[in-house]
Amino acid sequence: MNRQLLTGNAAAAWGARLAQVDYVPAFPITPQTEIIETLARWFERGEMTGRLTMLESEHSMVTAAAAAAATGVRVFTATSSQGLLYAMEMVFTVPGWRAPFVLVNVSRGLASPITLESDHNDVLATRDSGFLQVHCATCQEVLDHVLLAYRIAEDSRVRLPVIVNLDGFTLSFTREPVDLPAAEAVQQFLPPFDPQNVRFRASKPVSQAVAVLAGSPYSYFRYETHLAAQQALSVLDEIAEQFFQAFGRRTGPLATYRSEDADMVFVMIGAGATKACEAADRLREAGVAAGVVRPRWLRPYPAAALRAALAGKKAVAVIDQDLSMGQGGVLHAELAAALYGMPNAPMLASIIGGLGGRNIPPEEFYEIAKRMLGFAARGETPPPQLLFTERELRQVRKLQAIAVVERKELGEKP
Amino acid sequence: MYRIRFHGRGGQGIKTAGRILGTAFFEEGFEVQDAPIYGAERRGAPMFAYVRAARAPIQERGVITHPDLVVVADETLVPVPAANLMLGVTADTVLLLNSGETPDTWRQRLNTGATVIALPVADAITDRAALPHIGTRCTGAAARLLGVISRAALERALRTELRALDDASLKANLDEAFRAFDAMAAHEGVVHEGAAISARAYEAPDWTDLPFEPARVAAPDIFAPATSVQVRTGLWRTMRPVIDYAHCHRCVWVCSTLCPDSAIHVRADGAPEIDYEHCKGCLVCAAVCPPHAIQAVPEHEAAKIEAGGAG
Ligand code: SF4
Ligand code: SF4
Repeated sequence: MNRQLLTGNAAAAWGARLAQVDYVPAFPITPQTEIIETLARWFERGEMTGRLTMLESEHSMVTAAAAAAATGVRVFTATSSQGLLYAMEMVFTVPGWRAPFVLVNVSRGLASPITLESDHNDVLATRDSGFLQVHCATCQEVLDHVLLAYRIAEDSRVRLPVIVNLDGFTLSFTREPVDLPAAEAVQQFLPPFDPQNVRFRASKPVSQAVAVLAGSPYSYFRYETHLAAQQALSVLDEIAEQFFQAFGRRTGPLATYRSEDADMVFVMIGAGATKACEAADRLREAGVAAGVVRPRWLRPYPAAALRAALAGKKAVAVIDQDLSMGQGGVLHAELAAALYGMPNAPMLASIIGGLGGRNIPPEEFYEIAKRMLGFAARGETPPPQLLFTERELRQVRKLQAIAVVERKELGEKP
Repeated sequence: MYRIRFHGRGGQGIKTAGRILGTAFFEEGFEVQDAPIYGAERRGAPMFAYVRAARAPIQERGVITHPDLVVVADETLVPVPAANLMLGVTADTVLLLNSGETPDTWRQRLNTGATVIALPVADAITDRAALPHIGTRCTGAAARLLGVISRAALERALRTELRALDDASLKANLDEAFRAFDAMAAHEGVVHEGAAISARAYEAPDWTDLPFEPARVAAPDIFAPATSVQVRTGLWRTMRPVIDYAHCHRCVWVCSTLCPDSAIHVRADGAPEIDYEHCKGCLVCAAVCPPHAIQAVPEHEAAKIEAGGAG
């Protein structure tokens, strides 16, 4: 076994290398750039065969990725944050081409104000695009899910592109021990792409993703894409089992941690969820039966598995590292929809935390658990809460004081 | 679990320092997590790196709020709020400062009950290429303070993480690291592995509800001019450009235009003048000055000269 310290970015690059991708259209953006730099080095040294091409924007990059995938080769690409948004027209267009490829997104908070550290509003903006999306919590999961993503994307029952998401900084620049599987083992699990009828050739014109100027055929094609995405849930279970046989690690749509007998459950996605697991361990030492439920895959949405995992709990706190302005936490709303009408549904609370990489220290997890169990005992549901302290507000007030000096000088009220 | 935080400035080799220590722990059979955190990726900007090491898989992540060891590579970070040096420092924490001042001085200045250890600053750094050695020295010292990293593991880690260097630079780094490792012999094992962060007794967060505020207050706008003047980026400097007026040709278009921070003004008499409050020490000016009239002086040397009234 080859166990190495790798960053999340290096793990993503290793995933692409072990998947023996043929083509990498690229464009740099922090905190993703290390992925394409690593791949570029390997291509240059001949350690990878195939081709990396620098495009002039993310919009062209996603177009190139899907166009190449439509010729039946294996394609990898990566972006982050504003770059993903810049590509958005094509992100919504290409799933309908039904040509599979893998895009790694390194989550970073969106402008404005512009920032560098992680939250999930970038990747959640692609939620309704037809891309499947999976969220990684460790560097190991990043490598594993690049491999898994190709299996799911290329499966003839699915044939949709997949976004593999990892958190900027907390995973992208963080090194952890990662088992690097042997190339032969990966080739057995993930043989070369069999494109079947995905064979676009310039010399043999076909029309792909044609226009339909009527609602009925449009509805047909859109709903078929939805059915394919839903189909991916059972395909995922099947492939996760094969992955376990090959590499001994459990994957699958939902990760649960000490949740079976828990009274209070944290629901989170991504790397932040490992902190919730640590908090659950500490809470149990303090006599609080806490656990964690972490959806890995958000599309397809594992609704049935979530219902089964959360039925009968006293309190569930969804910690959204995202914000839908005027509505609230995206994951909370989706989970509320999944649990609606379920007998013995838990009290479901919404917490917004970790925007723009804002740290959630252990004490906040402890306090959330304590308060949520209190609300549940009184039969109440608390209003949504932003994790924000007096100290943080003082920091903002200091910045504001500097920002409004001129107004004061002009005699205006600040 | 060992929780270690390194504080330094971009360009001092802090990210690499964290990685060397992480790899050394890994060599010793620990589970490891290491990462750098920085805002602006600029030379001289405050940044930090953290290392966690434990005998079991690590689930904690992100900012280390309960450090066992805090390594300060650059004492000029002390008055920088963004560096947040003292975050979570208690009487159980060991504070290693790269400083010529005594531990007692720092204990008093910082009003801390932490164990303070000084790693005396190296001899004057005249070669900018040697700046990253600061990080390597800090790693060597930190490894000894931890007491669970052997000299051999440290050497393997240094060779792994510095494999891109040429032989001479690698040797210089190894020498620096081992000098620091040896210098800390008296303090071997002074850092104790921190306990899990208990949920039985803890300091509850002082949460507050954000009030609604109208957009004229709550939009991220700055209505005052030149507020960046108030940010003394001069504190970021590790090397100071010093103009030798005897050799300066007054071709001020060159240095004043090419300074990326507009920190070179032209005086009424036509001579260039460097604004040290804001010069970040990038040394672009020194590189472009046609008659080589700008010298690069290590910041702590320059500060000493100033204090002594000379120069
Ligand atoms: S570039 Fe050099 S010689 Fe020219 S004005 Fe500046 S300091 Fe003087
Ligand atoms: S160009 Fe010279 S004066 Fe300007 S910031 Fe760099 S070192 Fe300072």
